[in-house]
Amino acid sequence: MIHSLFLINCSGDIFLEKHWKSVVSQSVCDYFFEAQEKAADVENVPPVISTPHHYLISIYRDKLFFVSVIQTEVPPLFVIEFLHRVADTFQDYFGECSEAAIKDNVVIVYELLEEMLDNGFPLATESNILKELIKPPTILRSVVNSITGSSNVGDTLPTGQLSNIPWRRAGVKYTNNEAYFDVIEEIDAIIDKSGSTVFAEIQGVIDACIKLSGMPDLSLSFMNPRLLDDVSFHPCIRFKRWESERVLSFIPPDGNFRLISYRVSSQNLVAIPVYVKHSISFKENSSCGRFDITIGPKQNMGKTIEGITVTVHMPKVVLNMNLTPTQGSYTFDPVTKVLTWDVGKITPQKLPSLKGLVNLQSGAPKPEENPSLNIQFKIQQLAISGLKVNRLDMYGEKYKPFKGVKYVTKAGKFQVRT
Amino acid sequence: MSAAPAYSEDKGGSAGPGEPEYGHDPASGGIFSSDYKRHDDLKEMLDTNKDSLKLEAMKRIVAMIARGKNASDLFPAVVKNVACKNIEVKKLVYVYLVRYAEEQQDLALLSISTFQRGLKDPNQLIRASALRVLSSIRVPIIVPIMMLAIKEAASDMSPYVRKTAAHAIPKLYSLDSDQKDQLIEVIEKLLADKTTLVAGSVVMAFEEVCPERIDLIHKNYRKLCNLLIDVEEWGQVVIISMLTRYARTQFLSPTQNESLLEENAEKAFYGSEEDEAKGAGSEDAAASALPARKPYVMDPDHRLLLRNTKPLLQSRSAAVVMAVAQLYFHLAPKAEVGVIAKALVRLLRSHSEVQYVVLQNVATMSIKRRGMFEPYLKSFYIRSTDPTQIKILKLEVLTNLANETNIPTVLREFQTYIRSMDKDFVAATIQAIGRCATNIGRVRDTCLNGLVQLLSNRDELVVAESVVVIKKLLQMQPAQHGEIIKHLAKLTDNIQVPMARASILWLIGEYCEHVPRIAPDVLRKMAKSFTAEEDIVKLQVINLAAKLYLTNSKQTKLLTQYVLSLAKYDQNYDIRDRARFTRQLIVPSEQGGALSRHAKKLFLAPKPAPVLESSFKDRDHFQLGSLSHLLNAKATGYQELPDWPEEAPDPSVRNVEEEDISLIETHVGLLGEYTEVPEWTKCSNREKRKEKEKPFYSDSEGESGPTESADSEPESESESDSKSSSESGSGDSSSESENEDQDEDEEKVRGSESEQSEEDVEKRKTKKKKVPEGKGEASSSDEGSDSSSSSSESEMTSESEEEQLEPASWRRKTPPSSKSAPAAKEISLLDLEDFTPPSVQPVSPPAIVSTSLAADLEGLTLTDSTLVPSLLSPVSGVGRQELLHRVAGEGLAVDYTFSRQPFSGDPHMVSVHIHFSNSSDTPIKGLHLGTSKLPAGISIQEFPEIESLEPGESATAVMGINFCDSTQAANFQLCTQTRQFYVSIQPPVGELMAPVFMSENEFKKEQGKLMGMNEITEKLMLPDTCRSDHIVVQKVTTTANLGRVPCGTSDEYRFAGRTLTSGSLVLLTLDARPAGAAQLTVNSEKMVIGTMLVKDVIQALIQ
Repeated sequence: MIHSLFLINCSGDIFLEKHWKSVVSQSVCDYFFEAQEKAADVENVPPVISTPHHYLISIYRDKLFFVSVIQTEVPPLFVIEFLHRVADTFQDYFGECSEAAIKDNVVIVYELLEEMLDNGFPLATESNILKELIKPPTILRSVVNSITGSSNVGDTLPTGQLSNIPWRRAGVKYTNNEAYFDVIEEIDAIIDKSGSTVFAEIQGVIDACIKLSGMPDLSLSFMNPRLLDDVSFHPCIRFKRWESERVLSFIPPDGNFRLISYRVSSQNLVAIPVYVKHSISFKENSSCGRFDITIGPKQNMGKTIEGITVTVHMPKVVLNMNLTPTQGSYTFDPVTKVLTWDVGKITPQKLPSLKGLVNLQSGAPKPEENPSLNIQFKIQQLAISGLKVNRLDMYGEKYKPFKGVKYVTKAGKFQVRT
Repeated sequence: MSAAPAYSEDKGGSAGPGEPEYGHDPASGGIFSSDYKRHDDLKEMLDTNKDSLKLEAMKRIVAMIARGKNASDLFPAVVKNVACKNIEVKKLVYVYLVRYAEEQQDLALLSISTFQRGLKDPNQLIRASALRVLSSIRVPIIVPIMMLAIKEAASDMSPYVRKTAAHAIPKLYSLDSDQKDQLIEVIEKLLADKTTLVAGSVVMAFEEVCPERIDLIHKNYRKLCNLLIDVEEWGQVVIISMLTRYARTQFLSPTQNESLLEENAEKAFYGSEEDEAKGAGSEDAAASALPARKPYVMDPDHRLLLRNTKPLLQSRSAAVVMAVAQLYFHLAPKAEVGVIAKALVRLLRSHSEVQYVVLQNVATMSIKRRGMFEPYLKSFYIRSTDPTQIKILKLEVLTNLANETNIPTVLREFQTYIRSMDKDFVAATIQAIGRCATNIGRVRDTCLNGLVQLLSNRDELVVAESVVVIKKLLQMQPAQHGEIIKHLAKLTDNIQVPMARASILWLIGEYCEHVPRIAPDVLRKMAKSFTAEEDIVKLQVINLAAKLYLTNSKQTKLLTQYVLSLAKYDQNYDIRDRARFTRQLIVPSEQGGALSRHAKKLFLAPKPAPVLESSFKDRDHFQLGSLSHLLNAKATGYQELPDWPEEAPDPSVRNVEEEDISLIETHVGLLGEYTEVPEWTKCSNREKRKEKEKPFYSDSEGESGPTESADSEPESESESDSKSSSESGSGDSSSESENEDQDEDEEKVRGSESEQSEEDVEKRKTKKKKVPEGKGEASSSDEGSDSSSSSSESEMTSESEEEQLEPASWRRKTPPSSKSAPAAKEISLLDLEDFTPPSVQPVSPPAIVSTSLAADLEGLTLTDSTLVPSLLSPVSGVGRQELLHRVAGEGLAVDYTFSRQPFSGDPHMVSVHIHFSNSSDTPIKGLHLGTSKLPAGISIQEFPEIESLEPGESATAVMGINFCDSTQAANFQLCTQTRQFYVSIQPPVGELMAPVFMSENEFKKEQGKLMGMNEITEKLMLPDTCRSDHIVVQKVTTTANLGRVPCGTSDEYRFAGRTLTSGSLVLLTLDARPAGAAQLTVNSEKMVIGTMLVKDVIQALIQ
């Protein structure tokens, strides 16, 4: 299936290669570079490229290209999904998935890739199993290793791979048994010029951090499970229980993982927490324009909206911007033409606004389109859909775990057209 | 190699995780980097007894391999360490070995014995890893050893070792394909394995080695179906895709009857409503066409597969979801395929690469099964931050999903896209508009108008793309578009993009008889600039010259000859050829007489209009989700998806003799199947019904449905509505010529009432159209307007509206030049307002449909049935108010009322009934609205012109005003033929909303969301006269157009509504305490409205 993998950085250096079958020359990447050149923008490199002898399937993550070489028919999503899993694993192991981190840990990376694929077919991709096979680097361990000469490779053989629950390792022990759940909801919305909602939905996830000894069997229930319109599950969840009782019943993997992700799409349920008043105009035949935006809270359910950031991709003809924020600070990058306004918290008494002049390239025609505003915000202690965790029960173990749930609402792809 | 020292320096320091320590290590890179022969030192390190040194050396070697550097000369030194005790060293040696064994086969053999020993180890994991490395060494000599090892491992006790054996099979096969037969035996054995661990891997091996041996699957089919949910994700993908192929060979098509229908429908037209309408008729036809076919019963095994894969749509892995989606698309009965849409839409939230692949597949699916994705139309809306390739795919899907009902929304979206900064995307949008226009006849003129306006765009690419699309559209109905062609002709002076120039020239040539004056002039100009043109333009100039010569040789003979002689000496041989050929054809000479006699037929033959098709059409012959489908070309190793068999193969082959527990379970499942069937069918019915209902509801955009049900009318109407709207589906297929006929007819039959109302409606709908003049006729019959119309009449109206649609838009078309001028100064490109009225046609049926909906809801949501009458009875708003006094109006008195009925043209508008009465002694003619200066946001839908009002007579008209949720007055002019009156309507705040129905719980929930600043509370004393339920309710509902919400406690009253323009909720609670004290609470996002409403309601209550 997957023949080879090349990691390429933004400047086009191939800094890592791994082959699972016979070696494929680096020159195959030339086709990729060609496509990259044609695409102008990194995001527009087609994920699947056909070359005379191979197919290249690539993903772009954290300023790196993961380019895999395929020789025969295989579902493209299979490969894409796997490559993202590789990137996730790097992230998990090294805290970041960057060129520097990979180069620093090249041996671990190689060992990981060796375990993840056998002859191009995925073998062990669960992080619990991988961590048993290859220990993630920590400062403490590296100190110990250098003194005692022991290694990062686990000397115990992985047992999880053999069991019926491949996602959990055996013999987990904690002194403090804890289970935390983060309910994170993101609002995706398109708001049109006049302020009405063109499209809105809530994308939620429940991320869990489970540190429980032994083989706990958990069941998590909601106050209002019917809210969840469309759900996707971690493989550990028993689908039948969900179907019949709407209860999430599972033996959790050890550590951090994403339990479910869900969607609440019925439009009227989506409360839009902020509104934006905007007037952006460019004058014909003069080299300036006006820019004025104000943000205010809308349906915030009594919570403070914080961490507000507004990002605007200004048209190419904009040379510079001369603005005054009543709150927060702004930056304008004249090269990428991106305006970022870091607002912070909204206080309803004094709505934050950003006003001023836009300098345009003289002589150039005025831009036809007003730029869209991309808004980020965060509301702590609130799940905007109204989802509530009812209770968490544990079976199979005797001790009493510490349990916690946290709710956060964020802006996802939140765009205001102007 | 020059970069190598530097690299190894930092590598040496950081190869392991213990960065700083290595600096002190004498063996570290810092020292070696200066050493030219580093490899010798590595060899030395490998030869020592110290594990730490060996490890360090191996790490550096692996780092070299990772960089793609050649480390093969170290092979002998490394291979010695294959038996090293240190696990990490051993692993790294394995890595090295697998990488270089192929190049150094002889030396690699040295390591084999170690692995052979490992194969016998008591620890299953060591056995597995030995087999894994052994099989990964690509050395042909060891093929027999590998074969033996695989066979042995295939019957190992440990499932993990068996899994490794399954992995080893394709490795061996690629090394030596002669082993196929033996390997198939092993595969057969492993396929029978009952553990989930092995299943995925062995099916993978099956797919690589012997995908054609479908017979091996029979016995294992049910087992695989049942294990599927517990197999790991990667295995699931492979198994599902294999089972899809298997099912295609073993079961009968579940859509065998439907597929025939589908074909018919597709040929007929794009629209699904029509398919639906046709369905009944053609079903019979299809049934009679297939007399021999037995009624279809799904094989229980087929059902088993569908049932067991369905939960996997919930998988977190996009690949699994896609695999199930393609399985359903290829195997499920039409009615069940819908379930995959939701899951696929979910994937759109994922990484952009995933989106890219999913959208490609959705694009293909949406051509075949449009209804499936229609509910998710908005999920495909484009964000400015999407990458261009995603934008273009989403556009493709949107275009595929566009149909009669949703086209206004889609076009409005497109209008936003056209102004994007991303010019490639704009070009794609223009093409998409073109495709919508060809597919949906109703909006063709609107689209064409919009495109013509784009011609004055500043960006040349946009203009060029528009020209190309316009050309295609014009070809469909050239006769009416002389004006556009003229406009295009003017553009030749400015447009430089060759493709666009060529398109314009072709158009002028093709339709030169429509522009007899301009065509020769264009030719003159082109002849002047001929030498400077691009090749495609030159060819078209020759073409144009030839066509003009044939039709208008008097004027153009010389010009043509000039062009031809220029072309004769052109540098391009194509152009020279063309010139020579054309000259022979058109200029009569002595010999070539025969051809030139027919030249006109040759050049000006009627040409078929181009079909604008999706590039994704017919891609579904590739298995969806596959690489081949994505590339639209067969990839190596692609297995064709077989066609369904005519006759079902024997199903008993899947029976298994020894039935263990899991299989018994299967059978329980299978038996249960028969009882479940009805449920499936029920579900499918429901789905179908949903599809059918689509056209009724879709335009009312969600919440307006219940809103409009305020005007309650007897339930029995629903049937007549459905009739009228089914008509609406087919109404537009009437051709142009018919329309013209109709126009004539109209004039003839003017007397009849129904015809007149038709006229009215039509006029109302086309607000910009100039009023036809000189039809002095009493229009007293206007009492038939919506406000008081009986159900039968309104039905008739809606029908006739539909019929009128085409001519209306056609006529609007005729003076395009006059219209494009004012529109040009706006940026608005598709003049949507212009066409919104016709597009919202189906709204008028929903207005009435929704009453029946409300009646349905009665039973569902309202707990307190006694409330129903008061809920549904229409409450007339504030009484008549004066707009124009008869003295000021010189005999014309005008009053208005707020009818509280939804305005049929636009749900955001308040419908206002205007009553005219003529108290003078001369007829008042030509009553219409003049130009109005409206405050921002407010818009008016005019009423149709009242031709004449005889003395003493009165008339009523309906107009719609969008107050934009403010109580600002709408000022406008009321004009007669002789006078203009300035009038204004200021709405009471209560009229700016429409009632909504909600249950108590919903109410409370919504109220909970609207606390804080959005809540306004006021205390008041209810006067004695105002203590009874009935009076309170009446007073509140008279003041504000709100719907009552059922409520458990007796002295609390709740009302709910939505503002018309923004649709924000307005919730009103009146808590009446015994002694007459009361508290009024209004919750609304619109604080201003809330405050005013509180004031108004209190005033009404206290009075």
